[in-house]
Amino acid sequence: MSTRVIVPTQLRSYTAGASEVGARGTTLAELLADLDRQFPGMRFRVVDEHDRVRRHIIFFVGAERQDDLTEPLPPGAAVQIVGALSGG
Amino acid sequence: MSLALYVATRKGIWIATAGADRRTWSLRDPIFLGQQCHHVVLDPRDRTTLLAASRQWHLGPTVFRSVDGGATWKEAASPPRFPSGEPRGRAVDHVFWLTPGHASEPGVWYAGTSPKGLFRSDDGGVTWAPIAGFNDHPEQPRWVGSDKDETPDGGKLHSILVDPRDPAHLYLSMSGGGTFESTDRGADWRPLNLGVAADFFPPTDDGSERLYGHDPHCVVLQPGRPDRLWQQNHCGIYRLDRPGDRWERIGRAMPTEIGDIGFGIAPHPRDPDTAWVFPMDGGGDWPRTSPGGKPAMYITRDAGASWQRQDRGLPTEQAWWTVKRQALCADALDPVGLYLGTTNGQVWASDDEGASFRCLFPHLPHIYAITVGEPA
Repeated sequence: MSTRVIVPTQLRSYTAGASEVGARGTTLAELLADLDRQFPGMRFRVVDEHDRVRRHIIFFVGAERQDDLTEPLPPGAAVQIVGALSGG
Repeated sequence: MSLALYVATRKGIWIATAGADRRTWSLRDPIFLGQQCHHVVLDPRDRTTLLAASRQWHLGPTVFRSVDGGATWKEAASPPRFPSGEPRGRAVDHVFWLTPGHASEPGVWYAGTSPKGLFRSDDGGVTWAPIAGFNDHPEQPRWVGSDKDETPDGGKLHSILVDPRDPAHLYLSMSGGGTFESTDRGADWRPLNLGVAADFFPPTDDGSERLYGHDPHCVVLQPGRPDRLWQQNHCGIYRLDRPGDRWERIGRAMPTEIGDIGFGIAPHPRDPDTAWVFPMDGGGDWPRTSPGGKPAMYITRDAGASWQRQDRGLPTEQAWWTVKRQALCADALDPVGLYLGTTNGQVWASDDEGASFRCLFPHLPHIYAITVGEPA
C-alpha cells in the first residue's frame, strides 16, 4: 500500500514541484529507499552516510515526530518531511 | 573571447560575463538562490563543464554539474560521502573545494569537504569516491586534529593542487592540519609544513619543529613554475621552492602596521615572482577585517622580498571588509585582472594588475568564493 508523503518546498526540485507523492515501505527507511528510487538523490539530502536524520530535517508520522527510521509505520498514516527552523 | 566570474555565496551563485576588454560586465540572475554555495569552478580542459558545491540550509551536501555554461544543472548521481558505517562516523557536512584534475585526465576532479575529507571523481563530477589513502591514512586522525582544530563552521580541506607535469603529484591543505603532499595519486601522503609558524601551539618539549597541525588558509601553485608554492597562512605569508621542503616566511617583509595575516593569495599567471595578498587584521580579537578599515591589496614582484600597497579606487576609510580564502583570484589576461569578493557582498576588480580597482557588483550576499574562467 502506498503511503502519502508530504514534501517540503526544499525537496520539490526532486518531485517536479509536487507537494505530495506516494511511496511504499513498512518503515521510514524503506519509504526513503523507495523515494530515492523514484527521485534519485533525495535520500542523501535528508539522511547522512550513517542513516542519521540530518540536523534540520524532521519526519512526522501522522502527528508524531519519528527519529527512528526502523520503526514500523502505522497503516494509513501520512508521512510529512519538515525542513526545521534554520538558516538566516 | 569572453571572461566569466563565478561567484559562490551564502545565498546562491551568480555568474558575470565580460568581453576581453573587461570594461562591461553583465550579471545573470541567481542560480540556486537560497542555497549555501561554497565553490563554482569552470573546467579549464573543456571550458564548458561547471561544477558547483552546494548545500541547502536543511538538506545535505551535494555537487551540481552544468555542461551549458550554467543555464541548466544536474545533481551528481553519487555526491561525495564517507563510507556508510565507517568506524569514525564521519559525514560530509558540506563540499568546500573543487579542483579539476590533470590535463591528461579529462574526467578527473577532486573535492575537499568539511569535515576534512578528500574525494575524487573520474567521470566529470557525476559520481564521487573517497580517497582512502588520505581519509583512512593511519596518521590522518592526528593530522586533522579535533573539533578544536576547525574553522567556525567546520574544518576545511582545501587548496587541492595538481602538478601540471605529473598527475600523480598532489598537494592538499587543511584548516587546521597543515599542507600535505602525495606523489602516488593520493595513495600515501606526508606533511609539508617545515618553516611554517603555528603560534597557537606551545613549544614542543624537546624544542623540535611541529610537522603538522598548522593552519594554511590558501595554498597555490605558480602556474608557470609549478615548483613554486605560495601560502597565506593563519600565521603569515610563505613561499616554497621545490624540491626544497622548508617554507620561507616572505610576509616578514610586509609593513609592520599591516602584518602578514590574511586568507587568499593569488599568483601571477606568467611572472613567477609576482603574487598578491589581501591582508586582514590578525591582532587583538582577530577581527579579520581590513587593517584600519582601509582595504588594500599588496603585491610582491620579487618573490616576497618586498611588498607594495595597491589601493587606488578602494574605499579610503571605514571599510571593514573580510575577504575569504576562496574570494581572491586572478585571470590569465595581459595585463592581469584581479577579483575579490567581500563577506558584505561586493565584487571588486582590477584590470591593470592592481594599479586601480572598481566595484563591479555592490549588493550580492556574503561571498564565499570567486573563480574566473574563459568559457568556450
